[in-house]
Amino acid sequence: MCLAIPSKIVKIENGMATIDVDGVQRKTSLLLVEDAGIGDYVIVHAGFALHKIDEADAMESLRILKEAAAFVEKRGQDNIESS
Amino acid sequence: MTIKHMEEYRDAEISRGLVEKIRASSTRKIRLMEVCGTHTVSIFRSGIRSLLPDTISLLSGPGCPVCVTDQKEIDAFIALARFKDVILTTFGDLMRVPGTETSLQKEKAEGCDIRVVYSTMDAIDLAVKYPEKKIVFLGVGFETTAPTIAAAIQTAKQMNLNNFSVFSAHKTVPPALKALMSMENIRVDGFILPGHVSVIVGRDAYTPFFEQFRTPSVIAGFEPADILQAISLLVMQIETGSPELANAYGRAVTDKGNPTAERLLQDTFKIKDVAWRGLGVIPGSGMKINADLGAYDAERQFAIEIPASEDPKGCACGEILTGIKKPFECPLYKTRCTPMDPVGPCMVSGEGTCAAYYKYHG
Repeated sequence: MCLAIPSKIVKIENGMATIDVDGVQRKTSLLLVEDAGIGDYVIVHAGFALHKIDEADAMESLRILKEAAAFVEKRGQDNIESS
Repeated sequence: MTIKHMEEYRDAEISRGLVEKIRASSTRKIRLMEVCGTHTVSIFRSGIRSLLPDTISLLSGPGCPVCVTDQKEIDAFIALARFKDVILTTFGDLMRVPGTETSLQKEKAEGCDIRVVYSTMDAIDLAVKYPEKKIVFLGVGFETTAPTIAAAIQTAKQMNLNNFSVFSAHKTVPPALKALMSMENIRVDGFILPGHVSVIVGRDAYTPFFEQFRTPSVIAGFEPADILQAISLLVMQIETGSPELANAYGRAVTDKGNPTAERLLQDTFKIKDVAWRGLGVIPGSGMKINADLGAYDAERQFAIEIPASEDPKGCACGEILTGIKKPFECPLYKTRCTPMDPVGPCMVSGEGTCAAYYKYHG
């Protein structure tokens, strides 16, 4: 099963990173990702980082979600304004 | 602002808004299927089903790797454990899966050396530590797990380890989607595509499937808001009659996937036709170890003999994995088959549909 929570890299030694999720630390191999550094958030599966999360992509994801979620509220307001 | 990639997606307002949106736009009765064990568990844990309108049914497809592993392979794993000097290494969820006569857990109790590891690299460490033993890793999983096993095989090669091998039972998701949609009696109106498989393969890997079937498909992350967003997009596509292959997990999934992992997969595995529990043999859906890496292929290194096997009698795992039946429609569910004493793999794995129903539905 996939660990769904992105993990923060706090240390790197010989291609192995120490990752932290809410204070729980684990070792993770960086063999499958390029250019991940300390402070980056990575998606981890079975002891390997699979993807470095790009901060700009994450902000865009969040913006899309918030916009989608605000749909009803906006529509509600439109109804009030047009009535 | 520094984003922590977790709390932000758990803002209740986002989920509330998405639920409202789904409720406002869903008019047709539809069946949506996820094909990822982590989605199965996330949907149950978050109670998403109870928030959705009656028009939407959520089904769990063949997304739990242990559950789709063929009975013959389970029997082969058990046969491997019995070889002299073998230390069998595996992820934990395989231990209790019943083979035709026994399970890895029972074999361990009988004295076989079977160890649960967190990562394939733990198995490599064992190979270094015990040069007189043969360390065999059981490779079960989809495109998410397969690169981690490929990395271990390539590491073993670099280290000149001659006592490490893998039984590769890895499977790929896109061919299974095709096989599923080609089956009779299957009605799926939209797919919630797996998040971390997609991190590796990328959105484009589903294009041939989508082009062939035009079934609405959305790649989703694992937070409740991610799943609700995918459901909302699927509802919109279905209601407006405009199917798309969309990516709602943009922070993790690109069009092309992870090129390092893809290269490693190509260098290590060959695509083969393999059998899935519940779906039969699916063309091009298995990853077997390349011939030039035969020294690391447990299927070549050990003369594994397994007698003919059958799926457990009365067990509806196959129909549950394809969404034809719900767990409570299986005669064994909660009677002969419970998480304490499972008959079929769907009740064993924490991400199996039956186990999830048992835990969260009671």
